Amino acid sequence: MNVGRMLGQGQRSRAPKLDLSHNIILYLEDISVSFDGFKALNNLNLYIEAGELRCIIGPNGAGKTTMMDVITGKTRPDVGSAWFGQTVDLLTLREPEIAAAGIGRKFQKPTVFPSHTVFENLELAMAGDKSVWKTLFAKLSSEQLGRIDEVLRIIGLTERVDTLAGGLSHGQKQWLEIGMLLCQDPELLLVDEPVAGMTPQETEKTAELLTSLAGKHSVVVVEHDMAFVRSIARTVTVLHQGSVLAEGSMDQVQNDPKVIEVYLGD
Amino acid sequence: MASLHPERFLQNSFTDAPARIAGRENDVDMRSVLSTWLIGAAALLWLNGARAQDEAPAAETTTQATAEAVAPAPQGVAGLLRALAEASYSEKEDLLKQIVSEDAKAASAVLKALLDSRLYAKADGTVVIATGDGDTLQLSDAATGETAGSASSDELKRIGTNNALRKALRGMIAQLQLSNEDADVRLAAVREMMRSLDDSTVEVLRAHRQNENDGDVQSAIDVGLALADLQSDDTEVRLAAARHLDGELASEVYNALLPLTENNEDGSPKEADDRVRSAATAAVRSIERKRSFYSAIETLFFGLSLGSVLVLAAIGLAITFGVMGIINMAHGELIMLGAYTAYVMQQLMPQHIAAATLLSIPMAFIVSGLVGVAIERGIVRFLYGRPLETLLATFGLSLVLQQLVRSIFSPLNRSVSTPEFMSGSLVINDALSLTTNRLYIVVFMFVVFIGLQTLLKRTSLGLKVRAVSLNRGMARAMGVKSEWVDAATFGLGSGIAGVAGVALSQLTNVGPNLGQAYIIDSFMVVVFGGVGNLWGTLISGMSLGVINKLLEPWAGAVMAKILVLVFLIVFIQKRPRGLFPQKGRMAEG
Amino acid sequence: MKNQTSFIGQLLRSDLGSRIFFGLLLLTAVLIPTLNLLTPEGSALHVPIYTVTLLGKYMSYALLAIAVDLIWGYCGILSLGHTAFFALGGYAMGMYLMRQIGTRGVYGDPLLPDFMVFLNWKELPWFWQGMDLFWFAMLMVVVAPALLAYVFGWFAFRSRVTGVYLSIITQALTYALLLAFFRNEMGFGGNNGLTDFKDLLGFDLQARGTRIALFLTTALFLGIGYATCRFIIGSRLGRVVEAVRDAESRTRFIGYKVENVKLWLWTFSAILAGIAGALYVPQVGIINPGEFAPINSIEVVVWVAVGGRGTLYGAALGALVVNYAKSWFTAALPEVWLYALGALFVGVTLFLPQGIVGLVARIAAKRKAS
Repeated sequence: MNVGRMLGQGQRSRAPKLDLSHNIILYLEDISVSFDGFKALNNLNLYIEAGELRCIIGPNGAGKTTMMDVITGKTRPDVGSAWFGQTVDLLTLREPEIAAAGIGRKFQKPTVFPSHTVFENLELAMAGDKSVWKTLFAKLSSEQLGRIDEVLRIIGLTERVDTLAGGLSHGQKQWLEIGMLLCQDPELLLVDEPVAGMTPQETEKTAELLTSLAGKHSVVVVEHDMAFVRSIARTVTVLHQGSVLAEGSMDQVQNDPKVIEVYLGD
Repeated sequence: MASLHPERFLQNSFTDAPARIAGRENDVDMRSVLSTWLIGAAALLWLNGARAQDEAPAAETTTQATAEAVAPAPQGVAGLLRALAEASYSEKEDLLKQIVSEDAKAASAVLKALLDSRLYAKADGTVVIATGDGDTLQLSDAATGETAGSASSDELKRIGTNNALRKALRGMIAQLQLSNEDADVRLAAVREMMRSLDDSTVEVLRAHRQNENDGDVQSAIDVGLALADLQSDDTEVRLAAARHLDGELASEVYNALLPLTENNEDGSPKEADDRVRSAATAAVRSIERKRSFYSAIETLFFGLSLGSVLVLAAIGLAITFGVMGIINMAHGELIMLGAYTAYVMQQLMPQHIAAATLLSIPMAFIVSGLVGVAIERGIVRFLYGRPLETLLATFGLSLVLQQLVRSIFSPLNRSVSTPEFMSGSLVINDALSLTTNRLYIVVFMFVVFIGLQTLLKRTSLGLKVRAVSLNRGMARAMGVKSEWVDAATFGLGSGIAGVAGVALSQLTNVGPNLGQAYIIDSFMVVVFGGVGNLWGTLISGMSLGVINKLLEPWAGAVMAKILVLVFLIVFIQKRPRGLFPQKGRMAEG
Repeated sequence: MKNQTSFIGQLLRSDLGSRIFFGLLLLTAVLIPTLNLLTPEGSALHVPIYTVTLLGKYMSYALLAIAVDLIWGYCGILSLGHTAFFALGGYAMGMYLMRQIGTRGVYGDPLLPDFMVFLNWKELPWFWQGMDLFWFAMLMVVVAPALLAYVFGWFAFRSRVTGVYLSIITQALTYALLLAFFRNEMGFGGNNGLTDFKDLLGFDLQARGTRIALFLTTALFLGIGYATCRFIIGSRLGRVVEAVRDAESRTRFIGYKVENVKLWLWTFSAILAGIAGALYVPQVGIINPGEFAPINSIEVVVWVAVGGRGTLYGAALGALVVNYAKSWFTAALPEVWLYALGALFVGVTLFLPQGIVGLVARIAAKRKAS
């Protein structure tokens, strides 16, 4: 299965082509966020290369979800800058604009539209013009129908295409959300704990999928499951207390004394 | 669709509350006028505490002097009175002056009775003072003050007055009062005389000035004399008078000074002398400055008292909506129940209005609190996490409560009496007086607020309430009986609403729609202040009250209210979390 | 248009509720006027003209209920101020009718309505200009509510005011309008509102023919309004709208500008409410500030809740049932009406969250199962 190629065929409606001339797709520089005095992010610096698959790990409260919130426009940082490619300043955009610019997100808690069918969930996520009038008169082209079929096959929900998403099991919801991400066809995928609640087989399949997406797309994965991280990671970033503690290959990171102290020591 | 009359919505809203109160004050007979003066006098005494003490011995000597001067001559007075009944208007004035010099005490009663058209001549020529209404009047002998039986009004001949005579009467009464031993009575007399100064009154004032030893009365007389001096032909006298009157607040002073700054129709100035004119102009300016200062204070006071009403109405909601997140649309009706509790208590204890009102505070807390607990147990607890449904169900309940009150107490408004200690007003000076019931409301609001804060911060119930509102599951895991806490908290918020109702019953009529008028305002106050924040509610209620009153003079009451609503709508859209938002990831869910 | 007709065909084939709705609407529209016109008075089958107009009024309420259901049932926006739009549409119609009176008013002024003469006004205010033209007044029926809804919604949805906060400020909005229209200075007849209408497009409002025509027009607009709402709900936009209701921020993250979606739907709903108001006024013969009263808006929400929200036909049903009950109660047991209405609020939210429609569906499902 070559998902990457398949997704590449989707029509991109974004007006300006993303400028990746320096081969960096995401810049986070000196980002700080505080909630009532608590510093969720503290002077965070992070760079993601185009086509990279990056894993982010860290103990609870390290700021992983807040970081995703900043990238997708849900939370505005107190200071710092966030750029998507060379030209898109993320801090000036709202969530839908960021999504339209090419950043897709899967949430930690799977969030699908419960009173829509699996098919409708995918249809809604489908890349394309999402303005009001266009949506009112929108019809699925045969090409788009084909893509939805393809995605259904990948996420293994072909049988349940007319089931209401609210009636799916936890694992199936995870897959559906990944499927929505595939339909959305973003440049950068932010994936928050994708394998929580999945069987080992499903976990393996997810690893395969994410790996195949990398290259054509850039993927950032936040995960607690170390085996899973080890199986997909090329570069791992460790967050601690809102800033980057260590960065490198899995082995390098695991042998870093600072990381060991955070994870094991008192 | 209910073709509701819009007046129903305005009826009880705070915009027309002042008018309502003014209306009620008129009903409150002499008693309230008297207590107004007493309170005013008390304030003045307090303001001049130290000086008054120094002068106390001197005042006694004067009293003795006047007492000696009064020589009883009852026969003469009775004769003069007989003559009075027959005399022409011009003769009456002379006769009255003689009576005054004969017997000051009897004269005082006669003059007042004559002014009130209560002085009659019986068929035998005896002059009597009548009291009471209707056909049969109670009589007392005008000369001796002894009771003289009763008579029907047909048997009596009223002794008439005309405008000129009434004016003279007021002057004479004031002169008489000038010799009263109470400095406040003398002060009131001087003020009265200032209203109609003529040569004779000026002379009386000038003469009395020598003997007067109360500072306030002295300066009041000086003002009166200066006022008279403004009419003098001597430029220097006029100039000194104009300078003396600089910053005096009495309206007579302003009215007398203003013409001096104006021009005649031919363009020439009314006051020929430049120096006097500029002194007058300066004085008028300083009076205007002072007046606008005091009127600003008055507006501020009205604003604060309206704000207190808003805070009282909203603070229970700040608990149920702000802390618990429950939309209780029947909150207004809980306020209404509190107000009706005050009404019922007064009906039960008609002889002890003050005690009934004070007792109705805890009673209202209990009544509304229990209804609140019933609402929570009966409806709200089934709808936790579904705010829009809660809103609808409690709204339905509010309709039922309104109708219930209509069935029990009739749809008409009920009037709750104001205890004596709360009626009247605190007179600061000519330009500023503060109504007592509003002062009490402001104080009461702060008491309730502080009590509630203490309860939430210092008691274990408060701790549990805050714990449950922050994290229900965790609190339950720690052994807090969250169900019990929910009911208790809701009861607390509802009880406070009842207490607010008692306060409102002192400002406005009590009717089934009382609550409806406050519900939107209450929600606005809580949301404007920031949900979950009692201080926010306090500040927001107070500032909305003041803003409303600041707008009223130039926009009108209704328009001011509309403007405040529009301001709030825009504000909430700019800052949905209010003035003092709660922060953090928890708050966003 | 082909798209839409085929859509209606599709609709009639698939959706049972809509099929019943259109069937009943058509039946009413044909039967009621026929029974009025063709049967003699006093006959058992005769429908008095009073009843025709009453049903016309109910149908304008049904249109209003559908407008509320569209945003509440499908988008989760609980408006407690929708009668503001209803009343604005009504006032626009009322202004037209007022200017048609001409010299037949009490004061006989050819230009100024009676209340302005009474207030000693010399000129027609600018916003009354052009309201004597039918097409312009009808334009205002749409534009006035749409403009208010757009401006209000633009601020509210952009700053993400949601849930009860939004409900409360919609209530404040209609309350502010109530106070404003109450003032004589506003130029809308103050307390008394607009009334004493004579004719519409030259037809006497008291005439039987005019009344039947108004009844049929209301039925027509109710049908068109319903079909349009159904079309929106059936489109992808409709699915986006429901997505916003269920998971607003998720909808944002897949690239929909939620505030635009809400604003569009909100404004459309306000227009429907305005049209309903314009149909209501000539049939009841008066419009006054009382229509802005917050309680009226909440009552509309009850109609929707009672019928069953998120179905459109449930809203229409609820409007009919509750208003019929109200007419009956206020005639038979006036003091019981508020108890009944209050109990209805509480009962429906506690025991019938899906309303009558949900109850029927549940019973039907049970019967099928057994």
